[in-house]
Amino acid sequence: MSDRLSVLKTYKLYVGGKFPRSESGRVYEVTDSKGNWLANAPLASRKDARDAVVAARKAFGGWSGATAYNRGQVLYRIAEMLEGRRDQFVAEVADAEGLSKAKAAAQVDAAIDRWVWYAGWSDKIAQIAGGANPVAGPYFNLSSPEPTGVVAVLAPQESSFLGLVSVIAPVIVCGSTVVVVASQNAPLPALSLAEVLATSDLPGGVVNLLSGRTAEIAAPLAAHQDVNALDLAGADAGLAKELETAAADNLKRVVRPGAADWSADPGTERLLAFLETKTVWHPMGV
Amino acid sequence: MPITVPAYGKEAAGRLASMADVTADDGALRRFLHGLPGVDAVGLQARAATLGTRSIKTTAKAYAIDLAISMIDLTTLEGADTPGKVRALCAKGVHPDPTDRTAPKVAAICVYPDMVATAKEALAGSGIHVASVATAFPAGRAALPVKLADTRDAVAAGADEIDMVIDRGAFLSGRYLSVFEEIKQVKEACVRPDGSAAHLKVIFETGELETYDNVRRVSWLAMLAGADFIKTSTGKVAVNATPPVTLLMLEAVRDFHTATGIQVGVKPAGGIRTTKDAIKYLVMVNETLGEPWLTADWFRFGASSLLNDLLMQRQKLGTGRYSGPDYVTVD
Repeated sequence: MSDRLSVLKTYKLYVGGKFPRSESGRVYEVTDSKGNWLANAPLASRKDARDAVVAARKAFGGWSGATAYNRGQVLYRIAEMLEGRRDQFVAEVADAEGLSKAKAAAQVDAAIDRWVWYAGWSDKIAQIAGGANPVAGPYFNLSSPEPTGVVAVLAPQESSFLGLVSVIAPVIVCGSTVVVVASQNAPLPALSLAEVLATSDLPGGVVNLLSGRTAEIAAPLAAHQDVNALDLAGADAGLAKELETAAADNLKRVVRPGAADWSADPGTERLLAFLETKTVWHPMGV
Repeated sequence: MPITVPAYGKEAAGRLASMADVTADDGALRRFLHGLPGVDAVGLQARAATLGTRSIKTTAKAYAIDLAISMIDLTTLEGADTPGKVRALCAKGVHPDPTDRTAPKVAAICVYPDMVATAKEALAGSGIHVASVATAFPAGRAALPVKLADTRDAVAAGADEIDMVIDRGAFLSGRYLSVFEEIKQVKEACVRPDGSAAHLKVIFETGELETYDNVRRVSWLAMLAGADFIKTSTGKVAVNATPPVTLLMLEAVRDFHTATGIQVGVKPAGGIRTTKDAIKYLVMVNETLGEPWLTADWFRFGASSLLNDLLMQRQKLGTGRYSGPDYVTVD
């Protein structure tokens, strides 16, 4: 009897809750940290970016309209699903980042915990970012944070999984929808995360994942008139400047890349970056 | 081949009279319609699919987008239509893109008969036609006198074009002559007191006709009865305009033109929402009927949401940036 042939996985994009190949039909080779071939990943084009934005916009109404409690539950569910596939992600992160099994496991555990941490914020962020304002008149004056809309995120290049989760979770927990460009050289953990998201009660289109050349996909996203904010975590200084210039055209909110330690306590910076404050005045009735 | 004459002209009536033998009685009409060659369904679908693969880019795309905008019958056919909504739609039809006055205006505004006067007033001097559905749209289930009164009302209110629905029940049960007579009578009801006439579009509701053979037969039936335009659907049923059905109707128009010299227009309606779809239809028109039909006089899109997508694509071509729904009007 001959040896069994292993079944290789076809990695695909994640757009609108579906798993399409790149519209361009292109793929590129993904290698581990030592240069050994791991898999082919789709090389997304600007048209995939366009489709992803359309899907994200379509999902925004329902997701931003869901209750904070419901969004939190969905994020907990993602953590639960990840827990069940922990071994797969440990292996993928170890390959992608050249880490030992133990270190990769620590990264994956931290990423799962991060989902839980952000899930808890869903119904608490309004108290931090909003509240009653004292005004000189017989009015209740209340500020409440609202999700900003469609956010394009360039995931960190080095931290292929913990970094990725750390930029997606804060965007979606507040009700925005997201188009993520995965780490260019280590996209496989991101593409596998899509399979978890698809089975976690997360409505299709809330998270859309693209893999490919960051600069190529980011340019049309930064210039896109229907994208409301841009997270440049995965852009180098030159690219970040270029994208920020393009993003200025429709006044996108931009989070600049910073020296990030993804394993540290994330704080509320990214949560607050993608919120708009709505203030209402209401007569007191006296 | 006979010299081309428009379906709404005086000469067309004479040409149709020469075909009177096939419409003389029910039996003759049935023999004629059932004598039309059967449709090769697989070939038709393959042909429509092939024509949908053409790549139309850059300057050709810009031309196609402007042409498609100028061919739109911008439509609102809701029970909830108000005069205000109709006026807003008319304003949009005149200047589809308020940020870019070079965008062409649409061909017509399509409304229910009671909104014709409102639309006519809002469009005065713009050159945009007012089209009105009539004859108990969308079901067509009413007595003939009611349908004729419906049509006369719309024409009297100022409609330039009448979109009638055929009696699908009669057609499917084989009473071809009654469908034929009905179209003829509605055409007569389109005549204004001064002798001019509103153009008549005949809606087949192809989603209810079951077979491609029926679509070919009904196309011939309507053209023999004097339709100025043949239109696929009402937009009110599950299956609306599809590329194969539209291609089949274009071919029927081509064959009818070859036989009689009468030029008839085509209007796919319902379900055409993207620029990509619209361009596929334009390719089909060009390949089947050629340039004489590539004008708003002979080809129309019945659509509402299509216009916004065309405008977004137009903005993308102009600026190089993808546009979004925030930059076109909500309607």
